[in-house]
Amino acid sequence: MNARTADQLLTGPGPGSGPGTEQSHALPGLVSGLLENPWARFAARRLTRLALSVWVLVTAAFAMIHLIPGDPVRAALGMNASQQVVQQRREMLGLNDSLPTQYWRFLRNLAGGDLGTSVTSGLPVSQVIGDRLPSTAALAVASFLLAVVVSVPLGTVMAVLTRGGRHHGGELVFTSTSVLVATIPEFLLAVGLVWVFGVQLGWFPVAGRGGPSSYVLPVLSLAAGPAAVLARIVRIEMASVLNADYIRTARAKRLPPRRIYLRHALPNAVTASLTIGGLLLSSLVAGTVLVENVFAWPGLGSTIVQSILSKDYPVVQGVVLVYGTGVLLVNVAVDVALALLDPRSAIRES
Amino acid sequence: MAVEFEALRAGEEQETQGGIRAAAQDGDVRGRPGGNRLLGVLRSPLGWCAATLLLLVLLLAVFAPLLWSGRADAIDTGQILQGSSGRHWLGTDNLGRDIFYRLLVATRLSIALALLATALGVATGLVLGVAPALLGRRGGRMVTAVVNVAVAFPGLLLALFFAVVFGVGAKGAVLAIGFAMAPGFARLTQTLVASLSERDYVHAARVAGVGRVRVLTRHVLPNVSDPLIVNATIGAGGALLAFSGLSFLGLGVQAPSYDWGRLLGEGLNGIYTHPAAALAPGAAVVIAGLAFNLTGEAVAKAVGVPTASWSRALRPTKSPTATPATAVVPVADDAEAPNKQPVLRVEGLRVSFPGPDGPVTAVRGVGFHVGEGEAVGVVGESGSGKSLTALAVSRLVEHPGAVDADRIEFLGTSLLTEPAHGAVNRRLLGTSLAMVFQDPMTSFNPTMRIGRQLSETAEQHLGSSRPEALSRAVERLRQVRISAAERRAAQYPHELSGGMRQRAMIALALMGRPRLIVADEPTTALDVTVQRQVLRLLDRIRAGDGVALLLISHDINVVAQTCDRVLVMYAGRIVEELPSDRLLTTAQHPYTRALIAAVPHMETELDRPLTVIPGRPVTPDRIPAGCAFAARCPFAQDRCRTDDPRLEMVEPGHRVACWYPQTDAEHGAAFIGERGELTAEDAELTAVDAEFIAVGAEPAAEEAGPTAEEPEPLVEEGEQP
Repeated sequence: MNARTADQLLTGPGPGSGPGTEQSHALPGLVSGLLENPWARFAARRLTRLALSVWVLVTAAFAMIHLIPGDPVRAALGMNASQQVVQQRREMLGLNDSLPTQYWRFLRNLAGGDLGTSVTSGLPVSQVIGDRLPSTAALAVASFLLAVVVSVPLGTVMAVLTRGGRHHGGELVFTSTSVLVATIPEFLLAVGLVWVFGVQLGWFPVAGRGGPSSYVLPVLSLAAGPAAVLARIVRIEMASVLNADYIRTARAKRLPPRRIYLRHALPNAVTASLTIGGLLLSSLVAGTVLVENVFAWPGLGSTIVQSILSKDYPVVQGVVLVYGTGVLLVNVAVDVALALLDPRSAIRES
Repeated sequence: MAVEFEALRAGEEQETQGGIRAAAQDGDVRGRPGGNRLLGVLRSPLGWCAATLLLLVLLLAVFAPLLWSGRADAIDTGQILQGSSGRHWLGTDNLGRDIFYRLLVATRLSIALALLATALGVATGLVLGVAPALLGRRGGRMVTAVVNVAVAFPGLLLALFFAVVFGVGAKGAVLAIGFAMAPGFARLTQTLVASLSERDYVHAARVAGVGRVRVLTRHVLPNVSDPLIVNATIGAGGALLAFSGLSFLGLGVQAPSYDWGRLLGEGLNGIYTHPAAALAPGAAVVIAGLAFNLTGEAVAKAVGVPTASWSRALRPTKSPTATPATAVVPVADDAEAPNKQPVLRVEGLRVSFPGPDGPVTAVRGVGFHVGEGEAVGVVGESGSGKSLTALAVSRLVEHPGAVDADRIEFLGTSLLTEPAHGAVNRRLLGTSLAMVFQDPMTSFNPTMRIGRQLSETAEQHLGSSRPEALSRAVERLRQVRISAAERRAAQYPHELSGGMRQRAMIALALMGRPRLIVADEPTTALDVTVQRQVLRLLDRIRAGDGVALLLISHDINVVAQTCDRVLVMYAGRIVEELPSDRLLTTAQHPYTRALIAAVPHMETELDRPLTVIPGRPVTPDRIPAGCAFAARCPFAQDRCRTDDPRLEMVEPGHRVACWYPQTDAEHGAAFIGERGELTAEDAELTAVDAEFIAVGAEPAAEEAGPTAEEPEPLVEEGEQP
């Protein structure tokens, strides 16, 4: 984007119309003021997108059970269940009403926090989620923090060391190692870690959630892949930023190298890395499903797998909603962080 | 996992995809990736290993079930859950079946299901991706919106969702993973198709009345197939890993069938007693996944980089290292003792870069000095080494560039003896030497406020506190006539107009206590009106504060109107040095004369083509023997092509590096032609006031005024009372 469009975006349409021209006559002052504020417009745009995505998610979760070919209840209960039991279950799930009625009820219940009742345990789904969510969230947050704390300094240092073709060997080692680590899926890494640190060395527990030591292996296996990818991306971004004209300007100011790298280069590299970091975070949220199953972690991931296997649709629906909402919120958080770090992105049309 | 791979792709885009895209720009229907380029994959050791590994995995997938099905399924109840032994390398499972053979046999199902899921994903993605191009505006926007929402969700989550819909089992898992991969591929296809749709040949096809479908199949799809194939290969690796994940969870392949994921899930329970049963399937998954991934990456690299190596095409006619450093003895010009103490003194400056055939010397022995308060201009075509000279004397040439000089003295301190980033150099250069760069848009840090970018210099070198430094910054902004300086200081660079940014850049140069400002093409990115303001500003600063100026420009007009002395550079050398008021009358080097003649003029006849210098500038890696300008010079003789002329003094303050300097005004007509008489007028103008030398530029500026891109500078034109 060039400066002109930026100015136009800031001051409204056309270079001639400053604040307080024709628009203000047509609209109440507050509204036009908000319209002219890039942050308000950014918020409005982003919230609209979020609302739309949430609606798609909710509708998909509702549609899921109706997309299942044949009678899902019959499939769940098996061929030997009596017609009466099947009917009872259909009634309980509300499947006998018309689709619009069911959809309306689903939305209304959702708004009231009612996600239905688990078919297998008879517990309210919201309670199941309430019990399981904290341990999954703890796992995901800890892993993300570890990944960021490791990858940003690592990528930065590697970029500085390898800038302009220096240390070519080091670059090769770093790139191939990170590719290898990133390719290994988290659950396989988890198995490997269990074997080395749990079985062979006996340093950490191999299953269950307990004290801090029980977090070590799950967090490590979840964080390693994203950390490798992120470190690589930070290095690439940082390397391209270090070639930028404004870094030459910073060097011409004869600032100490540390200030050039940390204050001038890093924020610019991080803005670009953050977009991908956000994607990683949401895939990390999903990765908990597999890792929880390796470590018998009492979280949402093991719950959803068991529910899918036992065809406990209300629970599956609820957990899908929670995971999906989590992913959407992560994306919003990334966009907001981007807008704060890079002021141009707030006014950039998406 | 699908997202992870997406992310990886996005990150590597510059390294691999960028190359593909660049290659895709070559034109319409290009040759398919033929034998040559596939051989290119095998040429790199990584590509070779990955391709071999992939081939092995595929062969195993085809033949293993034929060879070892019997052994893999043989139940031996006497050998239940054994550890590894000579007979059973990886031990046995809970029915006494040999895990090693089961692992080999499972290759087929694992690979086949992954490929099936990939095919489904790519096909669905392709349909969704080209839909916007076919459906027209409304339908296209809807498809794009759906893809955008779907792409936000991680692949595994989508796969779980579809696993619920399609049911547990191999078929359900293929559908689940396939559909989960689709949004990523749809997005990729959309991006590729959209970028191609803007191309000229696609426009041309449309204008020619070719239908949408035909444009797509004939012109667009053939050109996006390469990146799609590469990404599908990598995607297959991702699908393999995802499939093993689902099978491991029990949602994929169901007993009695087995794939690697299922074997892993079965083996995990016994990890304490015989870990090999869990680790070996895991290793198999990783190896096969890597084989797909790395082959894809290698193909991407090979396809992106054309095999015709440019490095071989650029063989220098003469080894640059053979250029003796003493060929040009930079004349210290003692005869013409500078009337003031020199701020900057440079001798024998050479800058070289590593090239494919040894180092390439871009600046070849440059020597000059800049007196106190003096303005020295450096002109030359692009590639003449003028900007590098500026960067080198400011100690800003970065690795892998190498700077070498007999002498670089700034304010009497040698910059060569001190390390470039040492504290002494930093302090001296930080306060006394300031740079003004070419493009004010890219030269400011986009994520820092203008005021902060200015003030940090004062904080760093003058020991000011933060508020002090900031108020100094505001004061400097005011000094360069930026209105509402306080408000501007709190803004980000993109909120300023181009002219304002360049003035802010000059304000930045004034933040220390500069004795020399090195301005590298400070006006090139600006329109004529703003250009004039900036030059006038530089002039005022120089006059007011006695700051010396080293002005680099390709525009001889700009240099002539601003500077006291002009250095003309060609092919990394100074070919002529003379006072700028004599530039139009007594320039002797044919190149200098050609430069002057090439400037369009008010009296230039409009129906004639503009004067150009014939030929092309030499590039630093193929400097010919003798005079570098000889090939383009109408006065060149045999001697010019063999002997390199030195920079010799012809009169005080005037040096020329030419065997046959043109002293005769009529001779100059070869270049200057009918403008000969007008140049004298110009020179007079220059002498009277160094305002604006080119008569022709003045009306041009006024013409440009109303249509100028940014209205801001016109409003701000406070210099003209």
